Amino acid sequence: MKIKLREIAHSRTGDKGNISNISLIVYDEKDYKKIKENVTSDKVKEWFKGIVKGDVQRYELPNIGALNFVMKDALGGGVTRSLAIDKHGKSLSSALLEIEINV
Amino acid sequence: MKTIRIGTGAGYAGDRIEPAIELIEKGNIDYIIFECLAERTIAIAQEQKLKNPNKGYNDLLEYRMEKILSSCQKNNVKIITNMGAANPIAAAKITKKIAEEKGLRDLKIASVLGDDVLEKIDKYMGYKVLETGEELEKLKGQIVSANAYLGIDGILEALENGADIIITGRVADPALFLAPLVYEFNWGLEDYEIIGKGIIIGHLLECGGQVTGGYYADPDYKDVERLWELGFPIAEVKDNGDAIITKVEGSGGKVSLDTCKEQLLYEIHDPSQYLTPDGIADFTNLHLKEVEKDKVSIKGGKGAKRPDKLKVSIGYKDCFIGVGEISYGGSGAVKRAKLAAKIVQERLEMQEISVDEIRYDLIGINSLYGNVINIYDKELNEVRLRISARTNDKDIANKVVNEVEALYTNGPAGGGGAEKSIKEIVSVASIFIPRNDVDIKVMYEEV
Repeated sequence: MKIKLREIAHSRTGDKGNISNISLIVYDEKDYKKIKENVTSDKVKEWFKGIVKGDVQRYELPNIGALNFVMKDALGGGVTRSLAIDKHGKSLSSALLEIEINV
Repeated sequence: MKTIRIGTGAGYAGDRIEPAIELIEKGNIDYIIFECLAERTIAIAQEQKLKNPNKGYNDLLEYRMEKILSSCQKNNVKIITNMGAANPIAAAKITKKIAEEKGLRDLKIASVLGDDVLEKIDKYMGYKVLETGEELEKLKGQIVSANAYLGIDGILEALENGADIIITGRVADPALFLAPLVYEFNWGLEDYEIIGKGIIIGHLLECGGQVTGGYYADPDYKDVERLWELGFPIAEVKDNGDAIITKVEGSGGKVSLDTCKEQLLYEIHDPSQYLTPDGIADFTNLHLKEVEKDKVSIKGGKGAKRPDKLKVSIGYKDCFIGVGEISYGGSGAVKRAKLAAKIVQERLEMQEISVDEIRYDLIGINSLYGNVINIYDKELNEVRLRISARTNDKDIANKVVNEVEALYTNGPAGGGGAEKSIKEIVSVASIFIPRNDVDIKVMYEEV
C-alpha cells in the first residue's frame, strides 16, 4: 500500500545561510523503521531536484523517532539574497510530506 | 531541590508582547529572555547606529521595557536580552531612562560589550569565508558589521555583580538561557555534560512560541488551540540539568512531545554536534516524555568541550533586489500571466538589460516548489506573476520592475494590482576567529 509521509509523520524546516534542514518525525515511534528504510537521502535529493542544488545528508535520531535532512545549496543563495518568495524555505517541510512510500 | 524557571519573552525581533506579560505576571518565573537577533539584524542595526549614535538597538526595546519593567521588578523577574543589537550601551541608557520615568528604584542594568570586532576586521582579510570558501578580502569595502557570537561569559559576570536587566549584542541564542542556569546552579564550565544539557534547554526555548504550538499547526493532523493567544514557553530546570518544558496554564497553544521534537531539530545540522561558544551539545541520547498535559520532561543529553574559535558574522552590502508583481483572474488567467512573463523577458532582452539572476514565479502555481513538485492541476481563479531580479546596479533593478508595472497598459488583458519594490540587500558572511581576540566588557547603569 502507498501512503504519503503526511499520514505518519510531521516535519519542520530550519535555515542557516544557504543550507536548509528538514526534520521528519513520526507520530508513533513504531513507524520510525518505515521512514528509516524508505526515506533515504537519495530519495530526498531526487524529490527536491531543481530546488536543492547540493548534497543531502541524513542524520538518524531513533531516540525521538526522527530523521534530519541537511540540504546544501538549497535556498537560492541564502536567506538574504534569494529571489524566492519563501527565502527561508519554510514551506519545504510540507513538500517533503508529499513523498509517497510503500508500506 | 532548587529549581529555576526561565521563560521566553520573544523568539524574534518583532514578536508579540502579550505572552511575555502573561509569563511575568502568571508564570512564576525567575528569568525572562528576549531573543531578538536574526543573522543579519545586527548589520541593519549597525547602519542605524552610523546615522544616529544613540540608535542601533532593537526597534521594540522601548515599547517592551515600557510594558514590562514595573511588572518584572514586582514579580522579581530578571531580564536577559540581545535587544542591544549594535548598541547595547544606548539600549541600557534608554532602559534606565524608562525605569526612572516609571519611578522604579534599585535596578541594575548591565550592557555586555565585546562582540563587535569591526575595528579589527583588517587583520582577518586573509581568512576564508565559510559560505563561499573565498578570502574575506573579496568583500573589502562592502563590510558594514562584524560581530562575534559570544558565549555566556559577559552575562555571567553581570549576574554575579547583581544585575537585574542584562542587555547584550550578538550572543549565541542558547547562551542567553544557559547563563542564568550556570549562575544559579553554579555549574562548572568544564562539566561538559551539564553544559550540554543547558544548551539543549536554551535551544528549545530560543524561538519562543515555536515550542508551544507555533509554526506547528496543521488542521486535522496537528490541531492547536487558540493560536491567537499562544502562550510562550517556560523551562523548569533542576540543578542536574533535567527540565520540564511547559507554559502558563490556560494560555493558547500546546506543549507536547511533537512540538518539542520539531523545535529540537529546528535549524540543526548534525544532532550529535550542536556547536555553540559554550560547548557542543549532543541530542542523540535525549529522552522526552509527556508527564502531564502541556508538560514535557527533558532528560539525557550530552556535551563536549567548547570550540577554540568563535564564529563571526559579517554583514556586507551585497546587491539590489527588485521585485515586481501583477495579478490575473478568471478563465485563462495562467496563460495570460505566462504571456506577461514572456513580454517582460523579451523587453529585457531587447534593451540588453542583464542581471545576475532573475526569477519568474506564478504565485499559486509554482512559486514555492518550482515545477518540481506538483500536487494540484486544477484551473485557478486567479494567479499572481512575480518577477524578481538580483543586480549590483540599482538603476537596472528599477528598469526590471518598471517592465512589470508597464504590463498594466502594455500587457495581457485584465492585469491588476501591480506592485514594485527595490531593496538594497545586506548579506552575511561567516569567519572563525581565535577566542582571545575578543575582549568582553560589562558596563552598568543604576537607578
